[in-house]
Amino acid sequence: MSIWEYANPKRVMQSSAWVLPWAIGLTVLCLVVGLVWGFFFTPDDYKQGSTVKIIYLHVPSAMMAINAWVMMLVASLIWIVRRHHVSALAAKAAAPVGLTFTLIALATGALWGQPMWGTWWAWDPRLTAFLILTLFYFGYIALWAAIENPDTAADLTAILCLVGSVFALLSRYAVNFWNQGLHQGATLSLDKEENISDVFWLPLLVCIAGFVLLFVTLVLMRTRTEIRARRLQALLARERVA
Amino acid sequence: MQIVVDNLAVARGGVTVLQGVSFAVRPGQALILRGPNGSGKTTLLRTLAGLQPPVGGTMDLAPEAAAYGAHADGLKSTLTVRENLAFWAAIHGTDGVEAAMTGMDVASLAHRRASELSAGQKRRLGLARLLVTGRPVWLLDEPTVSLDVASVTLFAGVVRQHLAGGGLAIIATHVDLGLPEAAELDLTPYRARILARDGFDEAFA
Amino acid sequence: MKALLLRDLRLAIRSGGGFGLGLAFFFLLAILVPLGVGPEGGTLGRIAPGILWVGALLACLLSLDRIFALDFEDGSLDLLATAPIPLEAVVALKALAHWLVTGLPLTLLAPGLGVLLNLPPAGYGWLVLSLLLGTPALSVIGAFGAALVVGLRRGGLLLSLLVLPLYVPTLIFGAEVVRRGTEGMALATPLALMAGISLGAAALLPFAAAAALRVNLR
Repeated sequence: MSIWEYANPKRVMQSSAWVLPWAIGLTVLCLVVGLVWGFFFTPDDYKQGSTVKIIYLHVPSAMMAINAWVMMLVASLIWIVRRHHVSALAAKAAAPVGLTFTLIALATGALWGQPMWGTWWAWDPRLTAFLILTLFYFGYIALWAAIENPDTAADLTAILCLVGSVFALLSRYAVNFWNQGLHQGATLSLDKEENISDVFWLPLLVCIAGFVLLFVTLVLMRTRTEIRARRLQALLARERVA
Repeated sequence: MQIVVDNLAVARGGVTVLQGVSFAVRPGQALILRGPNGSGKTTLLRTLAGLQPPVGGTMDLAPEAAAYGAHADGLKSTLTVRENLAFWAAIHGTDGVEAAMTGMDVASLAHRRASELSAGQKRRLGLARLLVTGRPVWLLDEPTVSLDVASVTLFAGVVRQHLAGGGLAIIATHVDLGLPEAAELDLTPYRARILARDGFDEAFA
Repeated sequence: MKALLLRDLRLAIRSGGGFGLGLAFFFLLAILVPLGVGPEGGTLGRIAPGILWVGALLACLLSLDRIFALDFEDGSLDLLATAPIPLEAVVALKALAHWLVTGLPLTLLAPGLGVLLNLPPAGYGWLVLSLLLGTPALSVIGAFGAALVVGLRRGGLLLSLLVLPLYVPTLIFGAEVVRRGTEGMALATPLALMAGISLGAAALLPFAAAAALRVNLR
C-alpha cells in the first residue's frame, strides 16, 4: 500500500482523530514543564538578570516561525506534484499559526530588547528578517482569503509559496548585507544558543519540543476544520445540483 | 482533421458539470450545442479550446487547431478595426486582414476605433478575428448575440464557407443558423452525477 | 511576438493615464519628501538614494494591475492563451512592455529628481545604473503578482501586499548601490547581486506567472 493513501481526506480524519488527544496532552505537558522549569527553576543570568528567561518563549517561537513556512513549502510542493487536497489544506491551516509564532517572536524580542539594548526596536538583521517574514505570511493568507474556488486558491498560493520562499531567502541575505553597511560588525546579536550553559539549555529544549508539538496540534486541528469546511461545500454543491 | 470526444467530463469551479459526453465531428461538419443556461456549454467549449483540462475522458483535438470565440471578443477599444485584426493576424502568423474585414462586412469601418462601434459591429469584428486565425476548428460560444437578422445571415454564410473549405465548427447557440449537415447535441442528458473528484464528498461517508 | 510588444506599447500610449501617472507620482514624491523632512541639504542628500528607490518602486507598483487585468476583462487573455505563442513569452513580453513604459522613464527621470533631493554629484551615475539594472526585476516580479490576482475583482490592494515583500531584495541592493556610490565606497557586490536578481527573475518568473495565468483562466 502506498503511503499516499493516508492523504485521503477520510483517512486523515480518522488518523488525526486518534492522534489529536495524544498531541494535545504531550503539548500541554512539554509546555508546562518547560516553561515552569525555565521561568522558576533556572538561575538568573549574571549579566542580564531574569530578563534572559524570555528565551523560553522567544527562541522556540522564532524557530517555529521559520519551520512553519518550510512546512507550508513542503505541503505546497506535495500539492503541486501529487495533487493531494489535504496537503494544500494543511498549508493553508499552517499559515496563521506560523504568522502567530512570528508575531510572538517579534513581540518577545521587543520586550527583551527594551531592558537589554534600551530600545524596543532595532533594525538588527534578524529582527528585520522576521518583520519581512510577517509580510510574506500576510500576503499568503490574504491570497487564500481572496480566492473563492478552493482548487484555484490552492494552486495560486502554492505558486506564491514557492516563489516567496526564494525571495524570503534572498531578503534574509540582503538584510544581512544591508545592516553591515550601517554598523560595522553585528553589535546586537541574538545568538544565545552558542554560549548557553546546560542549566538554560535543557529547559529550552523541552520548550522547543513543546512549541513543535503545539504547532503540530494546531495544524492538525485547523486542517480538520478545513476538511469539514470542504465537505460542507461538497454537500451544498450536491444539493444545488440535485 | 477530425474531432473525437469520448466520455468527456468537464468541471466549472471545481464542480463537475458534464460527464460522459461523446461525439465526433468530421471536416465540413458543424455541431450545434443545445441546452439551457448553466448546462455546461461554455465549460465544454473552454475545455475543447484547451483553456482548462478535462476531469475525465479523452478528446482528440490539438489546441493549436482550434480558434475560440467567446462572449468577450478580445477587442481593444483604443485600437482601430484594422489594428485589432492585424494584431491577431500577426500573432497567428497569417495575413488575410482585408479578406476577413470584407467577409464580416466591417471593411467600411476599418479606420474606426473599436470604442466607436456599436455592439453588433463589435461582434462582427470579433467574428472576423476567427477568419484571421487561419485555424480549421471554430469553437463558438453564442456567436450571434447582439447581431441583427442581416448579420446573422451574413455570419451563417461565413460559417458555411468555412465548412465548405474543410473546416469544422462547434457552436453553442439558440438560433437556427440554417447550416447544412449540422448535427445537434443536447447537453441536458450529460449533466454530472458525481460532482467532485477530490475525495471530500466521501470524507465522512 | 513583436506584434504583442507593439500592441502593448500602443495601448499604453493611447490610454494616456497608465504610465504617465507613475511618473507624476514619482515626481510628486520627490517634492513631498523635502516638504516633510525639511529643506536641510545634508539630510536630504543622505536619504535621497533610499527615497528615490522607494519612490521608483511605488511608482512601478501603481500600474502593475493593468498588465493582465485589462486583457483578462476583454477576453484577450483567453485568446492569447490559445494563440501559437507560449504563455511564458506573453508574460515576458508584457513585462518588457511594462518596463519600457514605466521602469525606463522612471530611470530617466530619476537624476532630475536627484537634484531636488540634493543627491551628491557622485551618486547620479550609480542612480541611473542601479535603476536601469533593477527596474526590470520590478516589472517582472510585478507581472508575476499581477498574474496571481488577475481573476480577482479587487486585486489592486492585494497585489501590493503580495508584490512589496518580493521587492525587498531589489530595493535593498539598489539603494545600497547608490548610497555607496555617493560615499565613494566599493559597490561591485550589491550591483552584481541586484543584476543577478533581475536576470534570475526575468529567466524564471515568467514560468511561474504563466502557470498562475493558466490556473486563473481555468
